[in-house]
Amino acid sequence: MKEGTRARAWYGRALAVVGVMTLLIGVHALAATPPRIEIKEFKYGPPTLSVPAGTTLTWVNHDEEPHTVTSATGAFGSAGLVNDDTFAQTFTKPGTYQYFCKIHPFMKGTVVVK
Amino acid sequence: MDRIDRRGFLECMAWAGTGVVWTAAGGVLSSRLITEASAADAAAGGFTFVQISDTHIGFKGEANKDATATLQQVVDRVNGLRPAPAFVLHTGDQTHGQKAGAFDTVAEILKTVKTERIFYVPGEHDVFLDGGTEYLARYGKGTVGGRGWQSFDYKGTHFVGLVNVLKYKGEGMGSLGDEQLAWLEKDVAPLSSSTPIVVFSHVPLWAVYPQWGWTTEDAERALASLRRFGSTTVLNGHIHQVLRKVEGNISFHTALSTAFPQPAPGSAPAPGPMKIPEEQARRMIGVTDVAYVPGKHPLAVVDSTLG
Repeated sequence: MKEGTRARAWYGRALAVVGVMTLLIGVHALAATPPRIEIKEFKYGPPTLSVPAGTTLTWVNHDEEPHTVTSATGAFGSAGLVNDDTFAQTFTKPGTYQYFCKIHPFMKGTVVVK
Repeated sequence: MDRIDRRGFLECMAWAGTGVVWTAAGGVLSSRLITEASAADAAAGGFTFVQISDTHIGFKGEANKDATATLQQVVDRVNGLRPAPAFVLHTGDQTHGQKAGAFDTVAEILKTVKTERIFYVPGEHDVFLDGGTEYLARYGKGTVGGRGWQSFDYKGTHFVGLVNVLKYKGEGMGSLGDEQLAWLEKDVAPLSSSTPIVVFSHVPLWAVYPQWGWTTEDAERALASLRRFGSTTVLNGHIHQVLRKVEGNISFHTALSTAFPQPAPGSAPAPGPMKIPEEQARRMIGVTDVAYVPGKHPLAVVDSTLG
């Protein structure tokens, strides 16, 4: 086999490996990391999140200060979350859901369900 | 013009006694006392009372590993005051997250305070979970309609406790509500303008920093009914630091927390517990001691820290 052919073959295999790895990482991310909203320094991150109907969202509060995830319409609501407590809510119907923190109402977030 | 001119300042120095360090900055009189009690002259009809605030029982974090222990230390400090305070005001946020048993812990510790009575107003941490049901079941008795607000007279001074955390609105500002405001106007209407007034509530009744919810949106109407009085002192908690302001005859004062300090307005990304070295932290939590001497204005408000 000539030098150039060998190099091309290696390059092709390497590309294939990178491709498979990318795919695996993608699948892994979908399967193992349900959508999460991180609460940190009195902010919901991300403040707006779009998800397909049927998604279960999880909020995690990393602050030492308690926060809540409270629907503006009363559709859902958490207890006081503090020191990495979590709250999960499943969204079955499409729509725009606004929420805030009952203790710090200047904290606001939105979930868009498609 | 501010009532606290140089003459008033010197008068205050004279009656407040030694051990109090008075400073005047920008026309605002302030004081610090790290040692023993203030110099109220009980024989002359004066008295002292104590304000504690933001005990945040249930808080666990780097800013304070044991909020129960620091509250106990504050109580020990209060019990060392001579003369003993006539009563104690707790200006809210007894609990951190309204977890089961937190109110009981506060009640157990405060039972040991050597004073006649403790008056309470709620903080938002005391009421967010249940809209105030547990708080009012415990502390609503004897308040107007069981709603948490109240007034009482002590040796010629009129005290008013207001609730401004049950109608949190919009951007997170405190709110008193029309019903309570109408009650306040009626409550103070028969009083002579020379009656000293002390108002206490959790969220400041002045715009400290609205972006962090450090204000009460309808406070102006409350203050309007108090402007005719010669001396009104407004005591608040919520912001875990001492800030003062004088506006006409009204002096505003916020108290330290017994649990943890919070950053100065706008000085941090968020108003969360401030993590500082333990030896410094004790200098940023504590208690407020207020002395009243008849015929002299204003009240001497003294902040004492644990460190």
